[in-house]
Amino acid sequence: MKSISILEDRKTQVFRKGSDEFDISCDKKSLAGSVSQRACVFCGSRVVLYPIADALHLVHGPIGCASYTWDIRGALSSGPELHRMSFSTDLSETDIIYGGEKKLEKALFELIDIYHPKAAFVYATCIVGIIGDDVAAVCKKVEAKTGIPVLPVHSEGFKGTKKDGYKAACDALFNLIDRNREDKKIPLSINILGEFNIGGETWIIKDYYRRMGIDILSVMTGDGRVKDFGLSHRACLNVVQCSGSLTYLAQKMEAAYGIPFIRVSYFGIEDTSQALYDVASFFRDRPDIMEKTAALVQEEVKAILPELREMKTDLTGKRAAVYVGGAFKAFSLIKALKHLGMAVVLVGSQTGNKEDYALLKDMCDPGTIILDDANPLELAKYVLEKDAHLFIGGVKERPIAYKLGLGFCDHNHERKIPLAGFEGMINFAREVHETVTSPVWDLVPRKAWNR
Amino acid sequence: MNTAKSYTATRNACKMCTPLGAALVFHGIEGAIPLLHGSQGCSTYMRRYLISHFKEPVDIASSNFSEETAIFGGGANLKLAIENLTRQYSPEMIGIATTCLSETIGDDVPMILEGMGHVEDRVSLVHVSTPSYSGTHMDGFHHAVRAVVEHCNPVSNRTRHKTRKAVNLFPGMLSNEDLRHLKEIFEDLNSRLILLPDYSERLEGPSWVEYHAIQKGGTPIKDIREMNLAGASIELGTILAGMAEKGEKTAGSVLKERFDIPLMSMGIPMGVKATDLFFSALAEITSKPVPEKYKRQRGRLIDAYVDGNKYVSKKRAVVYGEEDFVTAMAGFLAEIGIIPVLCASGGRSGFLKQALNQILPQNIQNQVHVHQCMDFTQMEEAARKLAPDFAIGNSKGYTLSRNLKIPLVRAGFPIHDRVGGARILHIGYRGTQQLFDTIVNTLLQNRQDTSTVGYAYM
Repeated sequence: MKSISILEDRKTQVFRKGSDEFDISCDKKSLAGSVSQRACVFCGSRVVLYPIADALHLVHGPIGCASYTWDIRGALSSGPELHRMSFSTDLSETDIIYGGEKKLEKALFELIDIYHPKAAFVYATCIVGIIGDDVAAVCKKVEAKTGIPVLPVHSEGFKGTKKDGYKAACDALFNLIDRNREDKKIPLSINILGEFNIGGETWIIKDYYRRMGIDILSVMTGDGRVKDFGLSHRACLNVVQCSGSLTYLAQKMEAAYGIPFIRVSYFGIEDTSQALYDVASFFRDRPDIMEKTAALVQEEVKAILPELREMKTDLTGKRAAVYVGGAFKAFSLIKALKHLGMAVVLVGSQTGNKEDYALLKDMCDPGTIILDDANPLELAKYVLEKDAHLFIGGVKERPIAYKLGLGFCDHNHERKIPLAGFEGMINFAREVHETVTSPVWDLVPRKAWNR
Repeated sequence: MNTAKSYTATRNACKMCTPLGAALVFHGIEGAIPLLHGSQGCSTYMRRYLISHFKEPVDIASSNFSEETAIFGGGANLKLAIENLTRQYSPEMIGIATTCLSETIGDDVPMILEGMGHVEDRVSLVHVSTPSYSGTHMDGFHHAVRAVVEHCNPVSNRTRHKTRKAVNLFPGMLSNEDLRHLKEIFEDLNSRLILLPDYSERLEGPSWVEYHAIQKGGTPIKDIREMNLAGASIELGTILAGMAEKGEKTAGSVLKERFDIPLMSMGIPMGVKATDLFFSALAEITSKPVPEKYKRQRGRLIDAYVDGNKYVSKKRAVVYGEEDFVTAMAGFLAEIGIIPVLCASGGRSGFLKQALNQILPQNIQNQVHVHQCMDFTQMEEAARKLAPDFAIGNSKGYTLSRNLKIPLVRAGFPIHDRVGGARILHIGYRGTQQLFDTIVNTLLQNRQDTSTVGYAYM
């Protein structure tokens, strides 16, 4: 076959450290025809709000958007599971002609009556923006009659990128938070932002904070409950993970309630420890918290190190490719992979910004390929060139890896295994180890002649 | 019979949207790549969805609408997408399927494509209208097949003489293994088959040494261009036939109308009776007897029916999925004495009831509840009252089966909670044999699992 070429308009989004000099361009909309790995505005909103388990999530549009997102994520709930249902107004031809407002209103009343949600989110999809349904007005009306918050999420697919969807979700969340007037701060309290309880990660993180003596008022949005948001404005600190999605909300909360925020990651030993220490040092007038934190980190790290060391002997020198949604995740992955003795030879993200890519450039070894908003052909090209042993990505990257005979580790919202915190690091290492050391690669044509 | 209460909202849909079916069809044509004219999300979501079933790369391009595109029209984006796609993928055909967005803003795709002669010289540009608010993924599938056939067989081809007696076969949305079985049958008949679409190799190939922008396999476009020379066309699907009768154009009816190619329509060959019909049609069309191999398969199948008759007789099943799948599956179940107490689909052709009445024996028809346009929440409510022994259909029914505490036999599309979903064989005597064995064994396993004794003999 002919070698894979990079489209002219994408050349500034493909960077080779050490030989390229330009600034990686990013924050652009995807190039038509390039088969981007990104989704759309709706996807961004849906990801952020999805784990709120006692809310109704109604997708206003034709059936596809709801159908493709039915129970696809690994966000667990300790109680209600309304978030695992897929509700759609399932607009048909006549609705497109005469408008979907009536149907939306009727659907909302019926669903609220059956499922008694604590709030409802109405996701406006592409077509709603075109036919001009006044979703906000319908929500207002239904809210007045039912007495629960009914929030429009302006997530028309074409109105920007996934990042704009995050913003729309943050707006809806802020709307929910901003209904509460009591403003006395609750001591030693935080909100956890950008943590979605994939495979129970929120529970792992919460346990750490509990052991440190920190009070968690709300998690946005892992194992989320509507009533928890009612307290969130009284927190002392917002701790933001997945900064791409919820920094905007943290900024809004800082402006409205004077809550400062810090950015953290709970992935890998280094970053998890750092996150806990950062929170502990925020409450510096309580040195006992720092003491407890240090003890916790020590205990947890001690518990996992022997097994990690063992796996490291098999993984040392292996090469990994990383392609994720938010770049923040990539930083942690690079560190965690280094911890396992592995080198990152390709790293990219769907939604990284200028600062993210500057940091990635600093972190990576010379020769590493850095990609913004990549497509299957580019990913394949560089995975082959770099002869990687492992690909870390999501469902859409998996077949690229497998077709080319690489191990694969799922690191997006659809996975079912918790990768956060110290025990998450062990899970991650085991998953990487299992796939990289599998004997099947010996039979795969591309690898077979290599050995 | 229609006892389920209707709700305004759809809750856990038993259908996908129209462009998904079209995208799948283009993956069944050699050198073709689908391009959805709409938002980036549509392509990505459908890729993800198809990947979860096929576990293979399923690239789908997007014209990537922005706010400006939605206001000023998508022409420029579509052209750019076609050019970029041509550069990166070097396709022989680009299948352009619209979405709700491009349909609603009123983009005139044929007109936009008219201005693309420079690309059209190298690449066939086939447009299919698939507004997501109209029909289901099955409509998108059939419309795309028809659009390809129409495009590749213009009326002007009419004058050519029929020289080669190939059979055009439009199988509908079958599994990879089903498609391979159809090809095997024609090889054994030593007859030329033009199967459209055929994604059985593209979406289930071996490991690669280098990356393939477009996987190998698929119906060769030159074969599709020769469909107008065939001796006959076969269309599988009784619902599809009903729609054709109503006047809707299908790939087969277009070839009949334009080139007088006889069209035979029949249900998907699941079960002995339906497969008998299929083989006798093949014998008639090809003037060749049914090969001994298939007679032996048939013999073994009926023998197995006898051996297992008591484990399935009077058992009650929930059958769901695409209407044609449901019809064929219900016919097979009835043939072995299972009562398909609930036959449900998210589709809304209006023919499901009629199709089932044709295929089901009269004595059980009054025990069968038929619902088109049904979602999984309604289905679960309806099934609960019917005391089913098991459910049969795609992975989407897992929640229902779990809630009702009945086993689920996985069949159809999509299968995303097991490996090998695309390798399930449903059709022919051999496929029926596999379905039969799976159903019997599922019921036996369930009996063991729920027994306090745990006998190791049947």
